[in-house]
Amino acid sequence: MKILKSHLKSVISKGKRDDGRELVEYRDIKIEVNPIQRANGSARVRLGNTDVIVGVKIELGEPFPDTPEDGVQIVNAELNSIASPDFEEGPPRPEAIELARVVDRGIREGKAIDTGKLCITPGEKVWCVFMDIYPMNADGNLFDASALAAIIALKNARFPKYDKKTDEIKYDELTNEKLPIKTTPILNTYGKINNSIFLDPSSSEEKVLDARISVATLENGNVCAMQKGETGTFTIDEINKITKDSKKYAEKLRKLVK
Amino acid sequence: MVKKGQPEKLIVKGKRLDGRGFDQMRDVSIKAGVIPEAEGSAELSLGETKVIAAVYGPREVIPKHLANPEKGIIKCVYTMASFATPDRNRPGPSRRSVEISKVMAEALTPVVNLEKYPKTSIDVFVEVTNANAGTRTAAINAASVALADAGIEMNDLVTSIAGGKADGQLILDLFNPEDNYGEADLPIAYLPRTGEVSLLQMDGELTPAEIEKLLKMIKKACEELYKKQKNALRERYKLK
Repeated sequence: MKILKSHLKSVISKGKRDDGRELVEYRDIKIEVNPIQRANGSARVRLGNTDVIVGVKIELGEPFPDTPEDGVQIVNAELNSIASPDFEEGPPRPEAIELARVVDRGIREGKAIDTGKLCITPGEKVWCVFMDIYPMNADGNLFDASALAAIIALKNARFPKYDKKTDEIKYDELTNEKLPIKTTPILNTYGKINNSIFLDPSSSEEKVLDARISVATLENGNVCAMQKGETGTFTIDEINKITKDSKKYAEKLRKLVK
Repeated sequence: MVKKGQPEKLIVKGKRLDGRGFDQMRDVSIKAGVIPEAEGSAELSLGETKVIAAVYGPREVIPKHLANPEKGIIKCVYTMASFATPDRNRPGPSRRSVEISKVMAEALTPVVNLEKYPKTSIDVFVEVTNANAGTRTAAINAASVALADAGIEMNDLVTSIAGGKADGQLILDLFNPEDNYGEADLPIAYLPRTGEVSLLQMDGELTPAEIEKLLKMIKKACEELYKKQKNALRERYKLK
Protein backbone atom coordinates (compact mmCIF):
# COMPACT_ATOMS: atom_id res chain seq x y z
CA MET A 1 0.00 0.00 0.00
CA LYS A 2 2.84 2.39 0.85
CA ILE A 3 4.53 1.67 -2.48
CA LEU A 4 1.24 2.15 -4.33
CA LYS A 5 0.66 5.43 -2.55
CA SER A 6 4.09 6.87 -3.23
CA HIS A 7 3.84 5.75 -6.87
CA LEU A 8 0.39 7.32 -7.39
CA LYS A 9 1.44 10.44 -5.52
CA SER A 10 4.42 10.99 -7.76
CA VAL A 11 2.43 10.33 -10.94
CA ILE A 12 -0.43 12.61 -9.90
CA SER A 13 1.87 15.40 -8.72
CA LYS A 14 3.12 15.53 -12.34
CA GLY A 15 -0.46 16.09 -13.48
CA LYS A 16 -0.79 12.55 -14.88
CA ARG A 17 -2.64 9.37 -13.97
CA ASP A 18 -1.45 5.82 -13.54
CA ASP A 19 -3.60 4.75 -16.50
CA GLY A 20 -2.51 7.62 -18.75
CA ARG A 21 -5.52 9.86 -18.16
CA GLU A 22 -5.49 13.60 -17.55
CA LEU A 23 -6.42 14.74 -14.03
CA VAL A 24 -9.92 15.76 -15.09
CA GLU A 25 -10.63 12.96 -17.54
CA TYR A 26 -13.19 10.19 -17.14
CA ARG A 27 -12.49 6.63 -18.17
CA ASP A 28 -14.39 5.31 -21.22
CA ILE A 29 -18.11 5.05 -20.58
CA LYS A 30 -20.35 2.44 -22.17
CA ILE A 31 -24.08 2.41 -21.57
CA GLU A 32 -26.74 -0.24 -22.06
CA VAL A 33 -30.33 0.89 -21.77
CA ASN A 34 -32.98 -1.46 -20.42
CA PRO A 35 -30.92 -4.67 -20.43
CA ILE A 36 -33.19 -6.12 -17.73
CA GLN A 37 -36.58 -6.99 -19.21
CA ARG A 38 -38.12 -7.79 -15.83
CA ALA A 39 -37.33 -4.35 -14.44
CA ASN A 40 -39.55 -1.34 -15.18
CA GLY A 41 -36.40 0.43 -16.26
CA SER A 42 -32.72 -0.40 -16.08
CA ALA A 43 -29.27 0.65 -17.17
CA ARG A 44 -25.84 -0.89 -17.12
CA VAL A 45 -22.97 1.57 -17.01
CA ARG A 46 -19.37 0.58 -17.58
CA LEU A 47 -16.93 3.25 -16.46
CA GLY A 48 -13.58 1.77 -17.42
CA ASN A 49 -13.70 -1.57 -15.63
CA THR A 50 -16.32 -0.42 -13.15
CA ASP A 51 -19.58 -2.11 -14.06
CA VAL A 52 -22.89 -1.25 -12.40
CA ILE A 53 -26.47 -2.34 -13.07
CA VAL A 54 -29.30 -0.22 -11.72
CA GLY A 55 -32.81 -1.59 -11.90
CA VAL A 56 -35.98 0.43 -11.29
CA LYS A 57 -39.06 -1.24 -9.88
CA ILE A 58 -42.33 0.66 -9.68
CA GLU A 59 -44.84 -0.65 -7.17
CA LEU A 60 -48.00 0.54 -5.44
CA GLY A 61 -47.63 1.61 -1.84
CA GLU A 62 -48.48 4.15 0.81
CA PRO A 63 -47.11 7.70 0.87
CA PHE A 64 -45.11 9.05 3.79
CA PRO A 65 -47.37 10.85 6.31
CA ASP A 66 -45.63 14.23 5.82
CA THR A 67 -45.93 14.13 2.01
CA PRO A 68 -49.38 12.55 1.46
CA GLU A 69 -49.62 13.68 -2.18
CA ASP A 70 -46.22 12.49 -3.37
CA GLY A 71 -44.92 9.21 -4.62
CA VAL A 72 -42.10 7.50 -2.78
CA GLN A 73 -38.54 7.11 -4.04
CA ILE A 74 -36.01 4.77 -2.48
CA VAL A 75 -32.41 4.07 -3.46
CA ASN A 76 -30.64 0.99 -2.20
CA ALA A 77 -27.16 -0.37 -2.94
CA GLU A 78 -26.05 -3.98 -2.65
CA LEU A 79 -22.26 -4.26 -2.53
CA ASN A 80 -22.18 -8.00 -3.16
CA SER A 81 -19.01 -10.07 -3.12
CA ILE A 82 -19.19 -10.72 -6.84
CA ALA A 83 -17.83 -7.25 -7.56
CA SER A 84 -14.69 -7.02 -5.47
CA PRO A 85 -12.46 -8.98 -3.08
CA ASP A 86 -13.09 -6.12 -0.63
CA PHE A 87 -16.85 -6.72 -0.45
CA GLU A 88 -17.99 -9.11 2.26
CA GLU A 89 -21.26 -10.91 2.81
CA GLY A 90 -23.57 -9.65 5.48
CA PRO A 91 -25.73 -6.69 6.33
CA PRO A 92 -25.09 -3.43 4.43
CA ARG A 93 -21.96 -1.69 5.61
CA PRO A 94 -21.57 2.09 5.92
CA GLU A 95 -19.99 2.26 2.43
CA ALA A 96 -23.11 0.76 0.82
CA ILE A 97 -25.43 3.00 2.80
CA GLU A 98 -23.40 6.08 1.90
CA LEU A 99 -23.41 5.17 -1.81
CA ALA A 100 -27.19 4.71 -1.81
CA ARG A 101 -27.82 7.89 0.14
CA VAL A 102 -25.56 10.06 -2.03
CA VAL A 103 -27.18 8.77 -5.24
CA ASP A 104 -30.59 9.28 -3.62
CA ARG A 105 -29.78 12.84 -2.58
CA GLY A 106 -28.82 13.91 -6.12
CA ILE A 107 -32.05 12.54 -7.58
CA ARG A 108 -34.29 13.66 -4.72
CA GLU A 109 -32.89 17.15 -4.17
CA GLY A 110 -32.52 17.71 -7.91
CA LYS A 111 -36.26 16.92 -8.13
CA ALA A 112 -35.59 14.51 -10.99
CA ILE A 113 -38.79 12.56 -10.38
CA ASP A 114 -42.02 14.56 -10.48
CA THR A 115 -43.31 12.81 -7.37
CA GLY A 116 -46.54 14.84 -7.37
CA LYS A 117 -47.56 12.93 -10.50
CA LEU A 118 -47.14 9.59 -8.72
CA CYS A 119 -50.13 10.11 -6.45
CA ILE A 120 -53.16 7.88 -6.99
CA THR A 121 -55.21 8.53 -3.82
CA PRO A 122 -53.77 11.27 -1.53
CA GLY A 123 -52.66 9.88 1.81
CA GLU A 124 -53.46 6.33 0.75
CA LYS A 125 -52.03 5.11 -2.49
CA VAL A 126 -49.04 6.28 -4.50
CA TRP A 127 -46.45 4.82 -6.84
CA CYS A 128 -43.19 3.85 -5.13
CA VAL A 129 -40.06 4.00 -7.25
CA PHE A 130 -37.26 1.70 -6.08
CA MET A 131 -33.80 2.17 -7.56
CA ASP A 132 -31.49 -0.72 -6.69
CA ILE A 133 -27.78 -0.43 -7.36
CA TYR A 134 -25.89 -3.67 -8.08
CA PRO A 135 -22.18 -3.30 -8.87
CA MET A 136 -20.89 -6.25 -10.90
CA ASN A 137 -17.28 -5.08 -10.93
CA ALA A 138 -16.03 -2.38 -8.58
CA ASP A 139 -12.98 -0.65 -10.03
CA GLY A 140 -13.51 2.73 -8.43
CA ASN A 141 -16.04 5.56 -8.54
CA LEU A 142 -19.18 3.56 -7.94
CA PHE A 143 -20.76 6.92 -7.07
CA ASP A 144 -20.75 8.40 -10.58
CA ALA A 145 -21.37 5.10 -12.37
CA SER A 146 -24.35 4.34 -10.10
CA ALA A 147 -25.83 7.84 -10.31
CA LEU A 148 -25.54 7.81 -14.10
CA ALA A 149 -27.10 4.35 -14.34
CA ALA A 150 -29.89 5.42 -11.98
CA ILE A 151 -30.95 8.49 -13.96
CA ILE A 152 -30.80 6.55 -17.25
CA ALA A 153 -32.87 3.71 -15.75
CA LEU A 154 -35.40 6.26 -14.46
CA LYS A 155 -35.69 7.97 -17.83
CA ASN A 156 -36.40 4.65 -19.47
CA ALA A 157 -38.72 3.21 -16.86
CA ARG A 158 -42.33 2.38 -17.71
CA PHE A 159 -45.28 1.85 -15.42
CA PRO A 160 -46.81 -1.58 -14.90
CA LYS A 161 -50.35 -2.15 -16.08
CA TYR A 162 -52.82 -0.87 -13.53
CA ASP A 163 -56.59 -0.54 -13.62
CA LYS A 164 -57.62 2.18 -11.19
CA LYS A 165 -61.28 1.15 -11.17
CA THR A 166 -60.73 -2.46 -10.28
CA ASP A 167 -57.46 -1.70 -8.45
CA GLU A 168 -55.93 -4.56 -10.38
CA ILE A 169 -52.20 -4.42 -11.03
CA LYS A 170 -50.16 -6.60 -13.36
CA TYR A 171 -46.50 -6.26 -12.51
CA ASP A 172 -45.54 -8.53 -15.38
CA GLU A 173 -47.12 -6.28 -18.01
CA LEU A 174 -45.45 -2.97 -18.78
CA THR A 175 -47.34 -0.11 -20.38
CA ASN A 176 -45.79 2.49 -22.67
CA GLU A 177 -46.27 5.19 -20.07
CA LYS A 178 -42.94 6.56 -18.84
CA LEU A 179 -42.05 7.84 -15.39
CA PRO A 180 -42.40 11.64 -15.11
CA ILE A 181 -38.78 12.86 -15.05
CA LYS A 182 -38.17 16.63 -14.79
CA THR A 183 -34.41 17.08 -14.48
CA THR A 184 -31.18 15.20 -15.08
CA PRO A 185 -28.92 15.55 -12.05
CA ILE A 186 -25.37 14.35 -12.71
CA LEU A 187 -22.86 13.30 -10.07
CA ASN A 188 -19.16 14.12 -10.46
CA THR A 189 -16.72 12.63 -7.97
CA TYR A 190 -13.23 13.98 -7.37
CA GLY A 191 -10.32 12.52 -5.42
CA LYS A 192 -7.53 14.39 -3.72
CA ILE A 193 -3.98 13.16 -3.17
CA ASN A 194 -1.63 15.70 -1.58
CA ASN A 195 -2.80 18.90 -3.23
CA SER A 196 -3.84 17.40 -6.54
CA ILE A 197 -7.50 17.01 -7.35
CA PHE A 198 -8.66 14.62 -10.05
CA LEU A 199 -11.91 13.31 -11.52
CA ASP A 200 -13.24 9.74 -11.53
CA PRO A 201 -10.93 7.90 -9.09
CA SER A 202 -10.03 4.33 -9.99
CA SER A 203 -9.99 1.66 -7.29
CA SER A 204 -6.21 1.92 -6.84
CA GLU A 205 -6.56 5.68 -6.46
CA GLU A 206 -9.44 5.18 -4.04
CA LYS A 207 -7.27 2.97 -1.85
CA VAL A 208 -4.74 5.75 -1.26
CA LEU A 209 -6.59 9.04 -1.73
CA ASP A 210 -6.75 11.50 1.17
CA ALA A 211 -10.24 12.81 0.50
CA ARG A 212 -13.09 12.51 -1.93
CA ILE A 213 -15.91 14.86 -2.89
CA SER A 214 -19.03 14.17 -4.92
CA VAL A 215 -21.06 17.03 -6.42
CA ALA A 216 -24.44 16.65 -8.10
CA THR A 217 -25.38 19.42 -10.53
CA LEU A 218 -28.42 20.28 -12.59
CA GLU A 219 -28.69 21.51 -16.17
CA ASN A 220 -28.45 25.16 -15.02
CA GLY A 221 -25.19 24.52 -13.14
CA ASN A 222 -26.80 24.70 -9.72
CA VAL A 223 -25.57 22.22 -7.15
CA CYS A 224 -28.24 19.94 -5.69
CA ALA A 225 -26.19 17.58 -3.49
CA MET A 226 -22.66 17.22 -2.17
CA GLN A 227 -20.80 14.76 -0.03
CA LYS A 228 -17.22 14.76 1.19
CA GLY A 229 -15.71 11.42 2.09
CA GLU A 230 -12.59 9.90 3.65
CA THR A 231 -10.43 11.43 6.37
CA GLY A 232 -8.59 14.11 4.40
CA THR A 233 -9.73 17.70 3.96
CA PHE A 234 -10.45 20.31 1.29
CA THR A 235 -9.74 24.01 1.51
CA ILE A 236 -12.60 26.47 0.96
CA ASP A 237 -10.92 27.64 -2.28
CA GLU A 238 -10.80 24.07 -3.56
CA ILE A 239 -14.50 23.56 -2.78
CA ASN A 240 -15.43 26.77 -4.57
CA LYS A 241 -13.46 25.75 -7.66
CA ILE A 242 -14.98 22.26 -7.68
CA THR A 243 -18.56 23.54 -7.43
CA LYS A 244 -17.94 25.96 -10.31
CA ASP A 245 -16.17 23.41 -12.53
CA SER A 246 -18.75 20.69 -12.04
CA LYS A 247 -21.24 22.17 -14.51
CA LYS A 248 -18.73 21.59 -17.32
CA TYR A 249 -17.88 18.02 -16.33
CA ALA A 250 -21.52 17.15 -15.66
CA GLU A 251 -22.47 18.34 -19.14
CA LYS A 252 -20.21 15.70 -20.72
CA LEU A 253 -21.94 12.90 -18.81
CA ARG A 254 -25.40 14.37 -19.32
CA LYS A 255 -24.92 14.04 -23.09
CA LEU A 256 -24.79 10.27 -22.57
CA VAL A 257 -28.21 10.17 -20.87
CA LYS A 258 -30.83 8.94 -23.30
CA MET B 1 -44.09 18.76 -3.37
CA VAL B 2 -46.56 19.75 -0.67
CA LYS B 3 -45.43 19.00 2.85
CA LYS B 4 -47.75 18.84 5.81
CA GLY B 5 -47.38 21.63 8.35
CA GLN B 6 -45.46 23.86 5.95
CA PRO B 7 -45.44 27.49 7.18
CA GLU B 8 -46.42 30.09 4.60
CA LYS B 9 -43.15 31.93 5.02
CA LEU B 10 -39.81 31.22 6.64
CA ILE B 11 -38.66 34.83 6.63
CA VAL B 12 -41.03 37.51 7.94
CA LYS B 13 -40.08 41.19 7.79
CA GLY B 14 -36.41 40.44 7.42
CA LYS B 15 -36.33 38.08 10.41
CA ARG B 16 -36.39 34.32 10.74
CA LEU B 17 -39.33 32.60 12.45
CA ASP B 18 -37.39 32.38 15.72
CA GLY B 19 -36.43 36.06 15.49
CA ARG B 20 -32.83 35.50 14.46
CA GLY B 21 -30.88 37.50 11.89
CA PHE B 22 -29.72 35.68 8.74
CA ASP B 23 -26.15 35.11 9.90
CA GLN B 24 -27.01 34.54 13.54
CA MET B 25 -26.27 31.24 15.23
CA ARG B 26 -28.53 29.91 17.97
CA ASP B 27 -27.25 30.17 21.55
CA VAL B 28 -24.53 27.66 22.23
CA SER B 29 -23.54 26.22 25.57
CA ILE B 30 -20.86 23.60 26.10
CA LYS B 31 -19.87 21.75 29.25
CA ALA B 32 -16.92 19.36 29.29
CA GLY B 33 -16.60 16.39 31.64
CA VAL B 34 -20.19 15.27 32.19
CA ILE B 35 -19.79 11.46 32.04
CA PRO B 36 -17.35 10.24 34.69
CA GLU B 37 -17.23 6.67 33.30
CA ALA B 38 -15.78 7.95 30.05
CA GLU B 39 -12.24 9.18 29.39
CA GLY B 40 -13.68 12.40 28.06
CA SER B 41 -17.11 13.87 27.49
CA ALA B 42 -19.09 16.98 26.70
CA GLU B 43 -22.66 18.17 26.69
CA LEU B 44 -23.67 20.75 24.13
CA SER B 45 -26.79 22.64 23.24
CA LEU B 46 -27.34 24.59 20.06
CA GLY B 47 -30.67 26.27 20.67
CA GLU B 48 -33.05 23.39 21.33
CA THR B 49 -30.73 20.82 19.82
CA LYS B 50 -29.03 18.92 22.64
CA VAL B 51 -26.31 16.30 22.42
CA ILE B 52 -24.02 14.43 24.81
CA ALA B 53 -20.70 13.05 23.59
CA ALA B 54 -18.39 10.57 25.29
CA VAL B 55 -14.96 9.24 24.36
CA TYR B 56 -13.74 5.81 25.45
CA GLY B 57 -10.17 4.75 24.75
CA PRO B 58 -7.64 4.49 23.34
CA ARG B 59 -8.60 0.86 23.89
CA GLU B 60 -8.57 -2.52 22.20
CA VAL B 61 -10.05 -2.60 18.71
CA ILE B 62 -13.17 -4.72 18.24
CA PRO B 63 -13.28 -6.60 15.88
CA LYS B 64 -9.55 -7.24 16.23
CA HIS B 65 -8.73 -7.45 12.53
CA LEU B 66 -9.49 -3.73 12.16
CA ALA B 67 -6.49 -2.87 14.34
CA ASN B 68 -3.75 -1.00 12.50
CA PRO B 69 -0.20 -1.67 13.77
CA GLU B 70 0.92 1.78 12.63
CA LYS B 71 -1.82 4.03 13.96
CA GLY B 72 -5.01 4.17 15.91
CA ILE B 73 -8.49 4.36 14.44
CA ILE B 74 -11.46 6.52 15.34
CA LYS B 75 -14.82 4.83 15.64
CA CYS B 76 -17.87 7.02 15.83
CA VAL B 77 -21.43 6.11 16.74
CA TYR B 78 -24.14 8.74 16.38
CA THR B 79 -27.48 7.76 17.85
CA MET B 80 -30.71 9.63 18.34
CA ALA B 81 -32.84 8.95 21.41
CA SER B 82 -36.38 7.73 20.79
CA PHE B 83 -37.83 10.82 22.49
CA ALA B 84 -35.68 13.34 20.61
CA THR B 85 -38.11 13.91 17.74
CA PRO B 86 -41.83 14.85 17.51
CA ASP B 87 -42.78 11.33 16.36
CA ARG B 88 -41.05 8.65 18.42
CA ASN B 89 -37.77 7.80 16.71
CA ARG B 90 -37.29 4.04 16.47
CA PRO B 91 -34.20 3.20 18.56
CA GLY B 92 -31.23 1.50 16.95
CA PRO B 93 -29.19 2.27 13.86
CA SER B 94 -30.89 3.69 10.77
CA ARG B 95 -29.43 4.34 7.33
CA ARG B 96 -29.26 8.01 8.28
CA SER B 97 -27.42 7.42 11.55
CA VAL B 98 -24.96 5.00 9.93
CA GLU B 99 -24.09 7.61 7.31
CA ILE B 100 -23.73 10.38 9.89
CA SER B 101 -21.50 8.16 12.05
CA LYS B 102 -19.26 7.54 9.04
CA VAL B 103 -18.88 11.18 8.00
CA MET B 104 -18.43 12.25 11.64
CA ALA B 105 -15.52 9.86 12.12
CA GLU B 106 -14.01 11.18 8.90
CA ALA B 107 -14.52 14.77 10.08
CA LEU B 108 -12.79 14.19 13.44
CA THR B 109 -9.89 12.03 12.24
CA PRO B 110 -7.68 14.71 10.63
CA VAL B 111 -7.06 16.55 13.92
CA VAL B 112 -6.12 13.49 15.98
CA ASN B 113 -2.51 12.39 16.12
CA LEU B 114 -3.32 8.74 15.48
CA GLU B 115 0.35 7.73 15.11
CA LYS B 116 0.50 8.11 18.88
CA TYR B 117 -2.04 5.34 19.40
CA PRO B 118 -1.09 2.31 17.27
CA LYS B 119 -3.29 -0.83 17.42
CA THR B 120 -6.01 0.96 19.38
CA SER B 121 -9.42 2.42 18.81
CA ILE B 122 -10.67 5.76 20.07
CA ASP B 123 -14.41 5.34 20.36
CA VAL B 124 -16.67 8.39 20.16
CA PHE B 125 -20.33 8.04 21.09
CA VAL B 126 -22.86 10.81 20.65
CA GLU B 127 -26.45 10.66 21.79
CA VAL B 128 -28.87 13.25 20.44
CA THR B 129 -31.35 13.83 23.25
CA ASN B 130 -33.38 16.63 21.70
CA ALA B 131 -33.42 17.28 17.96
CA ASN B 132 -34.21 20.63 16.39
CA ALA B 133 -31.99 20.44 13.27
CA GLY B 134 -28.22 20.75 13.23
CA THR B 135 -27.73 17.53 15.19
CA ARG B 136 -24.67 16.38 13.24
CA THR B 137 -22.95 19.75 13.59
CA ALA B 138 -23.75 19.83 17.33
CA ALA B 139 -22.48 16.25 17.60
CA ILE B 140 -19.15 17.12 15.96
CA ASN B 141 -18.63 20.19 18.16
CA ALA B 142 -19.33 18.13 21.27
CA ALA B 143 -17.26 15.14 20.15
CA SER B 144 -14.30 17.38 19.49
CA VAL B 145 -14.43 18.81 23.02
CA ALA B 146 -14.88 15.29 24.44
CA LEU B 147 -11.76 14.11 22.58
CA ALA B 148 -9.74 16.97 24.04
CA ASP B 149 -11.24 16.30 27.48
CA ALA B 150 -10.07 12.68 27.14
CA GLY B 151 -6.52 13.95 26.74
CA ILE B 152 -6.23 12.60 23.21
CA GLU B 153 -3.34 14.24 21.35
CA MET B 154 -4.84 16.61 18.81
CA ASN B 155 -3.51 19.39 16.61
CA ASP B 156 -6.79 21.32 16.55
CA LEU B 157 -10.44 21.20 17.54
CA VAL B 158 -13.11 20.52 14.94
CA THR B 159 -15.86 23.10 14.67
CA SER B 160 -19.07 22.60 12.77
CA ILE B 161 -22.18 24.49 11.69
CA ALA B 162 -24.60 24.45 8.78
CA GLY B 163 -25.50 27.14 6.32
CA GLY B 164 -28.53 27.05 4.10
CA LYS B 165 -31.24 28.89 2.25
CA ALA B 166 -34.83 29.69 3.14
CA ASP B 167 -37.25 31.90 1.20
CA GLY B 168 -34.37 32.81 -1.11
CA GLN B 169 -32.24 34.11 1.76
CA LEU B 170 -28.87 32.65 2.74
CA ILE B 171 -28.93 31.75 6.43
CA LEU B 172 -26.73 30.30 9.14
CA ASP B 173 -27.56 27.40 11.48
CA LEU B 174 -30.95 26.14 10.30
CA PHE B 175 -33.57 25.18 12.85
CA ASN B 176 -36.37 22.71 12.21
CA PRO B 177 -38.78 24.65 9.95
CA GLU B 178 -35.87 25.92 7.84
CA ASP B 179 -34.38 22.43 7.64
CA ASN B 180 -37.71 20.84 6.66
CA TYR B 181 -39.11 23.45 4.32
CA GLY B 182 -36.11 25.54 3.26
CA GLU B 183 -34.34 25.32 -0.08
CA ALA B 184 -30.93 24.03 0.96
CA ASP B 185 -28.80 22.73 3.82
CA LEU B 186 -24.99 22.77 3.81
CA PRO B 187 -23.41 21.30 6.97
CA ILE B 188 -19.66 21.89 7.26
CA ALA B 189 -16.92 20.91 9.68
CA TYR B 190 -14.03 23.35 9.72
CA LEU B 191 -10.53 23.17 11.20
CA PRO B 192 -9.80 26.73 12.38
CA ARG B 193 -5.99 26.46 12.55
CA THR B 194 -5.48 25.32 8.96
CA GLY B 195 -8.72 26.61 7.38
CA GLU B 196 -9.55 23.16 6.03
CA VAL B 197 -12.97 21.53 5.67
CA SER B 198 -13.28 17.99 7.02
CA LEU B 199 -17.03 17.44 6.63
CA LEU B 200 -19.15 18.70 3.79
CA GLN B 201 -22.59 17.59 2.78
CA MET B 202 -25.30 19.42 0.95
CA ASP B 203 -28.83 18.95 -0.18
CA GLY B 204 -31.24 21.34 -1.81
CA GLU B 205 -30.34 23.72 -4.60
CA LEU B 206 -27.64 26.40 -4.53
CA THR B 207 -25.59 28.24 -7.13
CA PRO B 208 -21.79 28.00 -6.82
CA ALA B 209 -21.79 31.71 -5.84
CA GLU B 210 -24.24 31.03 -3.02
CA ILE B 211 -22.08 28.17 -1.78
CA GLU B 212 -19.09 30.54 -1.73
CA LYS B 213 -21.03 33.09 0.35
CA LEU B 214 -22.28 30.44 2.75
CA LEU B 215 -18.78 29.06 3.26
CA LYS B 216 -17.65 32.55 4.30
CA MET B 217 -20.55 32.86 6.73
CA ILE B 218 -19.86 29.39 8.14
CA LYS B 219 -16.15 30.07 8.57
CA LYS B 220 -16.90 33.13 10.68
CA ALA B 221 -19.37 31.24 12.85
CA CYS B 222 -16.91 28.37 13.29
CA GLU B 223 -14.35 30.78 14.67
CA GLU B 224 -16.95 31.81 17.29
CA LEU B 225 -17.65 28.17 18.13
CA TYR B 226 -13.91 27.54 18.46
CA LYS B 227 -13.74 30.13 21.26
CA LYS B 228 -16.69 28.54 23.05
CA GLN B 229 -15.11 25.08 22.80
CA LYS B 230 -11.82 26.35 24.24
CA ASN B 231 -13.68 28.15 27.02
CA ALA B 232 -15.52 24.95 27.95
CA LEU B 233 -12.19 23.13 28.23
CA ARG B 234 -10.63 25.96 30.27
CA GLU B 235 -13.62 25.93 32.58
CA ARG B 236 -13.24 22.19 33.10
CA TYR B 237 -9.58 22.34 34.00
CA LYS B 238 -9.28 25.63 35.88
CA LEU B 239 -8.12 25.47 39.49
CA LYS B 240 -11.02 25.68 41.85
